[in-house]
Amino acid sequence: MNLNFLEFEQPIAELEAKIEELRLMGNDSDLNLSDEIVVLQDKCKDLTHSIFSSLTSWQVSQLSRHPQRPYTLDYLKSVFTGFQELHGDRHFSDDPAIVAGVARLDGRPVMVVGQQKGRDTKEKLHRNFAMPKPEGYRKALRLMQMAERFKLPIITLIDTPGAYPGVDAEERGQSEAIARNLFEMSHFKTPIISVVIGEGGSGGALAIGVCDKLMMLQYSTYSVISPEGCASILWKSADNAPDAAEAMGLTSERLEELGFIDDIVPEPLGGAHRDFSAISESLKLALIKQLDELREMPVDDLLKRRYERLMSYGSFEETAQ
Amino acid sequence: MNWLEKMFPTRIRTESNSKRNVPEGLWIKCPDCSATLYQDDLDQNTHVCPKCSHHFRMGARARLDSFLDPENREEVGANLVPVDKLNFKDTKKYTDRLEQYQKSTGENDSLIVVEGQVYGLALVAAAFEFSFMGGSMASVVGERFVRAADVCIEKNIPLVCFSASGGARMQEALFSLMQMAKTSAALNRMSQAGVPFISVLTDPTMGGVSASFAMLGDAIVAEPGALIGFAGPRVIEQTVRQKLPEGFQRSEFLLEHGALDMIVDRRRMRQEIASLLSILQGKPALYGST
Repeated sequence: MNLNFLEFEQPIAELEAKIEELRLMGNDSDLNLSDEIVVLQDKCKDLTHSIFSSLTSWQVSQLSRHPQRPYTLDYLKSVFTGFQELHGDRHFSDDPAIVAGVARLDGRPVMVVGQQKGRDTKEKLHRNFAMPKPEGYRKALRLMQMAERFKLPIITLIDTPGAYPGVDAEERGQSEAIARNLFEMSHFKTPIISVVIGEGGSGGALAIGVCDKLMMLQYSTYSVISPEGCASILWKSADNAPDAAEAMGLTSERLEELGFIDDIVPEPLGGAHRDFSAISESLKLALIKQLDELREMPVDDLLKRRYERLMSYGSFEETAQ
Repeated sequence: MNWLEKMFPTRIRTESNSKRNVPEGLWIKCPDCSATLYQDDLDQNTHVCPKCSHHFRMGARARLDSFLDPENREEVGANLVPVDKLNFKDTKKYTDRLEQYQKSTGENDSLIVVEGQVYGLALVAAAFEFSFMGGSMASVVGERFVRAADVCIEKNIPLVCFSASGGARMQEALFSLMQMAKTSAALNRMSQAGVPFISVLTDPTMGGVSASFAMLGDAIVAEPGALIGFAGPRVIEQTVRQKLPEGFQRSEFLLEHGALDMIVDRRRMRQEIASLLSILQGKPALYGST
């Protein structure tokens, strides 16, 4: 079993391993195996297509946290230019779970803020599995306020299992840090675009996700609680995570139907991790399109629109009194 | 054996001592000092133990009733009712759960908003009904909160909210999460209009409620001994794999860490808040509040 592939991706992994084997054989000997390779590659494409055309919500949840999925710093290299990371909350420390700084999007100056996961064990620990502490949210706030001051549009990249549930985070006011960002982001006089690039985990995600345009990569998720968390509370067992994923409707497709998001960025066949440059190009084009639309809006209209958007959230009925 | 014990056969005595045979709701044992309290006495003492001042949890209606002046009350947003847009079903349908809690509490959702007065000072007061799905925040809660804020801005009167909530309501999924942003945005507007918001944190105030409007008060007040935090103690214990210190996430802990303005005994809540608000609003001292 290939650990870089999820369970439902294993048939693809096996086929790819076979193709690789044939390729090596062809290199070593005088046999011409290119025809066979082409046949197998087509087969592999069809197989990927059929697996990915009927993904369950739970499978999408797993894809959104795929160990090979591109993270914020990957996009900062491929979608943006001239990124300069700016550090620290000026009060307590610098939280590596959130990276932020100035950059250019096809020449346009922007402020980028995003949660950062780690690729290997050491980096995972360093990034605290992309679970920000209050100082992370306060760094984000400081830099977003700076963006407002210098009229830079804000782009946030969301990818977190949630805000860090730890003793120190509580001591330093995790709740207040999140609440403050929600409060302030609702009135920044500059456009805000948020993109869920992987896991949109609850309040920890929303704390950098109050925006004028909300986008999601096709196989990312956004939810109030993780499927495992929801299952262990409501079903009394984390084994019911697939049921919880289904019930909560956390996929981009479902959330678009429910009116939460403005745009889905399509991922290459097999998911973003199969082709970094393709997903980067799609994300870049989508960001430019949304940003140019927002930049034309007078600030008052922008704020009014953002407020109305926030007030429209909710599903309830009003009965005659 | 003393004379009293001689008078009653053993069997009867043990039964009369057994807690199981006490009619439910008549006598309450204080979890802090173990005093046996008569329910009526407790009700009259705003659900605070007269012996040790332990603050029992309090329903939304009783809370608002003890906080507001008896006259000039008007409920806000009572006609808003929850709907199940996601067709959510876990081991039970969301609609069935709603019905069950609506029946048991007599409320149609977990936040009650009433416009009224405290010592004659006009304000809007909101309170969570914790026994309605753990006081969870959902669409109706967010909308009622926003309407409360709108009334406050329109009439230039303060908002006081008594939180008691386990956090966001999973059955409304992202609708519920977005109420955090919605309520916080409404408070931003209130703040710009110069209308005060006092957040009162009662036991327990956790998750999405704590990480939004509850922590955004111009003044944040807590009742003694309330559990307040972002993540629940069990979740934290599982994450950090260590036992949490005594008093962790309690009001006193938060005050010490600078997260609260003050801890106020429930029996002094009316006076303290009226006094604070009259100063914030530049009004003369209210008769009877000090």
